[in-house]
Amino acid sequence: MIIQFICRAILLGVPLLYGSTGEIITEKSGHLNLGIPGIMYTGAISGVVGSFLYENSCGNDIANMNPLLAIIIPFFCAIIGSVLMGLIYSFLTVTLHANQNVTGLAITTLGIGLGNFLGASLINITDSELPSIALTKTSSFFSAKLPFADDLGWFGELFLSHDFLTYLAIIIAFITAIVLNRTRVGLNLRAVGENPATADAAGINVTRYKYLATCIGSAVAGLGGLQYVMAYASGVWSNNAFGDRGWMAIALVIFALWKPSMAIVGSFVFGALCNANNYIQGLGTETQELFKMLPYIVTIIVLIITSMRKKREHQPPQGLGLPYFREER
Amino acid sequence: MSKQPAIQLKNITKVFGKVIANKNVNLTAYRGEILSILGENGSGKTTLMNMISGIYFPDEGQIFIDGEEAVIASPKDAFTYKIGMIHQHFKLVDVFSAAENIVLGLNDGKYNLKESTAKIKDISEQYGFELEPEKKIYTMSVSEKQTVEIIKVLYRGADILILDEPTAVLTPQETEKLFAILRRMRDDGKCIIIITHKLHEVLSLSDKVAVLRKGEYVGTVNTAETNETELTEMMVGKKISLNIQRDEPIAPQDRLCVKNISCVDRIGTTVLDNISFTAKSGEILGIAGIAGSGQRELLESIAGLQQLTSGEITYHDPKTNKVENLRDKTPMQIRNLGVRLSFVPEDRLGMGLVGNMDIVDNMMLRSYRKGFSMFLERKKPKDLAEHIIDDLEVVTPSASTPVRRLSGGNVQKVLVGREIASSPTVLMAAYPVRGLDINSSYMIYNLLNEQKKKGVAVIFVGEDLDVLLELCDKIMVIGSGRITGIVDGRTATKEEIGLLMTKTAHDEEVNNG
Repeated sequence: MIIQFICRAILLGVPLLYGSTGEIITEKSGHLNLGIPGIMYTGAISGVVGSFLYENSCGNDIANMNPLLAIIIPFFCAIIGSVLMGLIYSFLTVTLHANQNVTGLAITTLGIGLGNFLGASLINITDSELPSIALTKTSSFFSAKLPFADDLGWFGELFLSHDFLTYLAIIIAFITAIVLNRTRVGLNLRAVGENPATADAAGINVTRYKYLATCIGSAVAGLGGLQYVMAYASGVWSNNAFGDRGWMAIALVIFALWKPSMAIVGSFVFGALCNANNYIQGLGTETQELFKMLPYIVTIIVLIITSMRKKREHQPPQGLGLPYFREER
Repeated sequence: MSKQPAIQLKNITKVFGKVIANKNVNLTAYRGEILSILGENGSGKTTLMNMISGIYFPDEGQIFIDGEEAVIASPKDAFTYKIGMIHQHFKLVDVFSAAENIVLGLNDGKYNLKESTAKIKDISEQYGFELEPEKKIYTMSVSEKQTVEIIKVLYRGADILILDEPTAVLTPQETEKLFAILRRMRDDGKCIIIITHKLHEVLSLSDKVAVLRKGEYVGTVNTAETNETELTEMMVGKKISLNIQRDEPIAPQDRLCVKNISCVDRIGTTVLDNISFTAKSGEILGIAGIAGSGQRELLESIAGLQQLTSGEITYHDPKTNKVENLRDKTPMQIRNLGVRLSFVPEDRLGMGLVGNMDIVDNMMLRSYRKGFSMFLERKKPKDLAEHIIDDLEVVTPSASTPVRRLSGGNVQKVLVGREIASSPTVLMAAYPVRGLDINSSYMIYNLLNEQKKKGVAVIFVGEDLDVLLELCDKIMVIGSGRITGIVDGRTATKEEIGLLMTKTAHDEEVNNG
């Protein structure tokens, strides 16, 4: 039961981990991308469209499908879709100096609208009775367990039974942490987010860093959407089922204090909190809803504690949300 | 052995719009020497140095480095010529350690903070810096931050160092330490240029002094062969007649008495030290001094925007003949007492006006509390705005144009016009003619003179000594937050004020001790 609870928490947490790792990369360049929910949604639908087209081209027999292609096509579709959204965001905020919050919210609205439009179109094509598309075959490739997972009891279930995107999420978060803290690129990126004028004076190409950080962050976030559809939802897409996971990912950035390694732990905590209501007996529907607030309440508590401690390392990048103009004269 | 010229400027000219910042400047700096660039505010010192460090590009003239002509188009170019500039405003990332800041943006192969830290320690030992490379910038004092900046340029191999007013933010002890380091660098064969306006530092530190006045190069002298008086004369120049009208004050009475006020800034440095003076009605009191000597804080104290640590400010109300104490009152309380202080801040758009609002709305910033209906009274501010536009010849498409779209001079007129319209009894104006053309400047002088005639006590903070000498009845000179002298505007000479301006607490200690 506990093992099952933890596995469930991990499964729920992984999209958040992708989302918040992506958002951390972006925020480290000084851009608050509130478009993450829309970008994750776009990533998900792009993956769905990709695998839908591939499944259809293979006919009805799963044996016709190449496992590698079945994974690669949705994977890259998700990345391309979310990077395009990231490009729109960075063009508006970096090049045109548009307000980041407004742009981000617009991207979210656009992403969700686009996702629902494409989702509804696919449902129309399939003439399905249910308002959803099932890509169970592709999903089975995505959620393949590691070998020996079933033979090793609780250990296998806890550590080896997850889909490959879960492991990838953790690897990406670790790589991000190492790049940010141990490399010149990370140093430059943090300088851009903290104090772009200083970075500029030091000869760092501020615009390029901002674009790259936003687009790579979007790609990572988009994979979170893909993981949600293919692993969590077993390949079943229905409009708006993604819920508020994107916002939770942004809250998780604050919870993790802008540290990717903290985001790993945080995402599983959030996953557990989201799921707690299902494991506590005798809750009414209304109390269940209250339980769903837990991740946000925890975030608020973390915010209060960190702002009381006033440690500079735990604060957001100083240039976050501010457009950068080179000194004119 | 004759010394090598490290850097030579020939006929450098730089123009910003209509303002000539540098005109035909010739300058030579040698290796193994410390050269001071001396000049008043706005004499073009920093602009000139920015051209050497690649921030600006000269409009005319040539720069020679080690005898060869150099094109310095960006800070990166300057770095390839081994020129490093330490700006007045530090460019450091607060949450980074000193070492991270020093290697930031460098591309020297592998990223290895340990090796860099070792190299930083070597440099520190060589010149006698005290620095912990792992310390975070935000926990550092100003002097430590400056050390980081200096090591940053040394780490990049600079051997021509330019320091822009390095001692402005340092305590006397820290200054001494810095000078010792600079001398060691000089002995190491580096070329050091420091921008300053403190005469005693020039005399104690540098080998040569180059003087700039209003963008023009006056000359270079050997420090050993000169003295304070000669340098002051070079710096302020001959008196120029401006023909500003000045009437005799009519029946001056005490209006504002400032007694022994002191205050400290956020980091605890004393910015005002025991200031006492009296502003009389019908008089213009000029305040002269190097920028940042406490002028702003002084005006803000009177306006109720600064917390004082000691002293008192009393106001003599001309209507009731009552004496009011202004100390520790909020600006609103000062207003409610009937005390009218009109304050024209230095930073026109920052504190005086709201750039995105039009002229009428900016008028309303002073009057929004008037009227009794639940809606704002717009008629009177609109009339006032149009009145100001007509009277002061403000060039604007209409009264509903956002203020930020007006030129500097017109913005200034709107601000001064609004402050005068509230018929003040004390009018404080800080740099009201900064950036204005000659006609607009004269209009502002006339406005101040009109107020003086009405019996207003005018306090005028200015930077042009010629103007101060012709406009003001009394001139108070402050240096480093202290009054260094109060002179009569009619009899004082430019040199006298120039000397008072550069006199600091340090000199007094030397003279007394």
